[in-house]
Amino acid sequence: MDINTRPKIIGARVQRREDPRLLTGNGAFVDDRQVPGMLHLAFRRSDFGHAKILKIDTEEAASMPGIIGIYTAETLNEITKPVIAFSNMKDYQATPIRALAQDVVRYVGEPVVVVVAENRYLAEDALNEIFIDYEPLENVVDPEYAASGDAVLVHEDLKSNILVAREFERGEVDEAMSSAAIRVKGRFRSRRKTAVAMETRSYLAEFEKSSQSLTLHSSTQIPGIIRDALVDILDIPGHRLRVVAPDVGGGFGGKASLYPEEIVVTALSKLLKRSVKWTSDRMEDLMSTSQAFDEIIDAELGLDSEGNLLALSADVLGDVGAYSIYPWTAALEPIQVVSFMPGPYRLANYRGKVRGVATNKPPTGPYRGVGRPASTFVMERLMDMAAGKLGMDPAELRLKNFVVGDEFPYRIGSGIVWDKSEFSECLNKATEKLDYETLREKQRIARSQGRLMGIGIASYAELTGIGSRISAAPGMPINTGTETARIRVDSSGSVIAYFGVASHGQSLETTLAQVVAEEMGVKVEDVEVVLGDSAVMAHSTGTYASRSAVLAGGAGTLAARAVREKIVEAASLLFEVPAEEIDVYDGLIHVSGTNRKMDLRELARAVYSEMGRFTKEVRENLDLEATKLYDPYFGTTTSASHIAVVDIDPETFKVKIEQYVVSEDCGRMINPLVVDGQVHGGVAQGIGAALYEEVIHDENGQVVTASLVDYLVPSSCEVPTIDVLHADTRSPSTIGGFRGMGEGGTIGAPAAIANAVADALAPFGIEINEIPISPERLYRLIEKARNSEKD
Amino acid sequence: MTRKVPINVRVNGTKYERMVEPRRLLSDFLREDLGLTGTHMGCEHGVCGACTILLDGDSIRSCLCLAIQADNAELTTVEGLGDIEALNPLQQKFREHHALQCGFCTSGMLMTVTDMLSKNTSLTDEEIREGLSGNLCRCTGYQHIVDAVRDAAKQAGDVSS
Repeated sequence: MDINTRPKIIGARVQRREDPRLLTGNGAFVDDRQVPGMLHLAFRRSDFGHAKILKIDTEEAASMPGIIGIYTAETLNEITKPVIAFSNMKDYQATPIRALAQDVVRYVGEPVVVVVAENRYLAEDALNEIFIDYEPLENVVDPEYAASGDAVLVHEDLKSNILVAREFERGEVDEAMSSAAIRVKGRFRSRRKTAVAMETRSYLAEFEKSSQSLTLHSSTQIPGIIRDALVDILDIPGHRLRVVAPDVGGGFGGKASLYPEEIVVTALSKLLKRSVKWTSDRMEDLMSTSQAFDEIIDAELGLDSEGNLLALSADVLGDVGAYSIYPWTAALEPIQVVSFMPGPYRLANYRGKVRGVATNKPPTGPYRGVGRPASTFVMERLMDMAAGKLGMDPAELRLKNFVVGDEFPYRIGSGIVWDKSEFSECLNKATEKLDYETLREKQRIARSQGRLMGIGIASYAELTGIGSRISAAPGMPINTGTETARIRVDSSGSVIAYFGVASHGQSLETTLAQVVAEEMGVKVEDVEVVLGDSAVMAHSTGTYASRSAVLAGGAGTLAARAVREKIVEAASLLFEVPAEEIDVYDGLIHVSGTNRKMDLRELARAVYSEMGRFTKEVRENLDLEATKLYDPYFGTTTSASHIAVVDIDPETFKVKIEQYVVSEDCGRMINPLVVDGQVHGGVAQGIGAALYEEVIHDENGQVVTASLVDYLVPSSCEVPTIDVLHADTRSPSTIGGFRGMGEGGTIGAPAAIANAVADALAPFGIEINEIPISPERLYRLIEKARNSEKD
Repeated sequence: MTRKVPINVRVNGTKYERMVEPRRLLSDFLREDLGLTGTHMGCEHGVCGACTILLDGDSIRSCLCLAIQADNAELTTVEGLGDIEALNPLQQKFREHHALQCGFCTSGMLMTVTDMLSKNTSLTDEEIREGLSGNLCRCTGYQHIVDAVRDAAKQAGDVSS
């Protein structure tokens, strides 16, 4: 078959190989794993936001049935080193993380005591008989107060509660701003969220007596980072500690950090020489899994009278919670809010200022979109406010200011460089899809009938597949810019592709098999993919930051090409024809233009098993295996425009999303079915961020949203049908042309919905500056507007 | 430790006679005592629906039920649907439409839909969404699940009519 007319595997809607096991209850999530004799843990957590631990009495609890042991900081922190998230950032203040709270508790839900028992029921029974005396300290809950210098220190040995601060300026912001014909500004508030993966965090450390080694089965996104960290914390050789991420039930960033419970489980397994398991319940998850998106942002945008962007300034105060999380640090979220604020626009003058402040709340960490949902919310609100002042259509204002054509690669004010991506095309396709002009006409009619209908646009760009030039977290000294793939054709002719990255819903077993199959010339079903096991790779970090398709896909491409070359070399010797005449396709090795062929099994036998097929010299250099590392160095740009059409019920203030379009450029698609699924899910989480989800702490730092009845995750009735359009243009800067796309849905949706709601309420002159836009907040805004009309 | 009491249940057609503590959750009984780990625990509050199973043909939350309450009952869990090498029609539709990503909520989804379709196969999209609203999924945004259920309902309707 002509090489150009062969059906492509990359780009095909291949059904997922993960599905049969997951659909039949045969998945292997951590908590599904049962080891004979394993012990179970339960944690007694802090009831206080901020308090000194005076005394812990575990005597009565220890005598209860089935209790193996009870541990506090006194006993457990002796055998575990503190872990510190280092940063290269100037003035950064680290906060050591301990297995259990040492002397002081700093958020409600912080683990203080751990009970080891024969089963979870007995462990929880004992929790009730543990008595802890606390001396309450001032709760530092409000981030502005925390940053003010009046508040007590969350960590008394630090200089202030500001864990991280940064300021930068490009161009002449003050001058440009004062010359601006149009200026719009606001104080924006993004409230605290959390990931809520359907599988709560779960850890099982299996102790292997014969080798005195540990295997930690962890519901983690980052098995490589966890292995490396635990080796230091427990002072154990790396070959005696393996970290495996089996089937993981969603991550979204919430499983991308090292957790105290993970340290405790592993330390106790090592100490007791027993297998030890802990699985979080949902209440624990809602108060101890990393949280995110908690910022106050003062921002101003200046434009000339034609609508050209002149200047932007942003001052971000990020509430990072009680600790600087490992490995990402407290800089992760707030710094990226200012870094991405200028968006996909041509803008010469930008000043960004950011502080991350510690409070008595759970630590924040990565959550889908990291920083960009908040920065996009703010920038896109400002764009709409400006369009309103200019009397210009919001779509037109964006098209006027997008970076286009020859301007790429374009360096934005924070120093981030956009490589070529279809900013304008994405928005044009989205407006075409919705028949935007007609839609605006419909809105005019709806308004005249008193209906609150709104149309909101959000355009953004993001950096994905980040290479070694910068870390995925600003200032973090850990390399997140490379991944490795090892591909092997074994002596049975089987193709096995090993990757260090882990999968927790991204379909990587399928998509990486597609990449390897196409590059090697074998069938997709013939490629076995092994993921998420620290034992199979020398180094890997994991799956986060929209990186695995780019980095693992790139490494897989390189390794597959190298193995294919070896196949061709071996075959050319066996067929006694030049290598150029060998073709590998569909798992068969052909001599071009003849009917001579063999399959991989025959070739593998010849290479490895059959005597006398090759000379000693050839055999010594001929295997069918390759390991390749890929480093995209800078990474690449992914972009999209979202348009939301909403209708607000004037009685209940419920926001109904009537239509939703995502028009995105994720580069070359590996599997469109998977791409659509990722976009849908991302948008659903963005809808949650826009309208429903909020972690609430009261003035004492008590968590008010401790169940899924209080923390509202969108259900099937809140998420509309989403139209997804693709630009499908190859990235110029990655192998394979892939761009990362796992997070984008969540980045665009809060802004698009906020703009749509503001647009619906334009007759009242209401701006939407705070998310989530709960019915209560909407009611207050509308009441206020109505009352001021009366005055 | 409280005394154990005997229970008799039939799960996916197999009879089990076991001694359980009265406080033992049905979900723990299925997962730990019977090794049927396809039923997942997502919240233990009865909100997320991941632990949904069928009890005498009706969908229930196994995290809100004690094992002893299932005495003499007929239970169906996800393991009682199709086989890994021979998916049942609903599972097949979930696969075709990419209605699962991490797969954690999937067992509960399948059991809810199995119950739904056993009672009615002519469903509007709105009815499907209403029927799924007690099962949270954090990955898919539900759209592909709705597609799968619509298609499965159509197929089941075509077969029965």
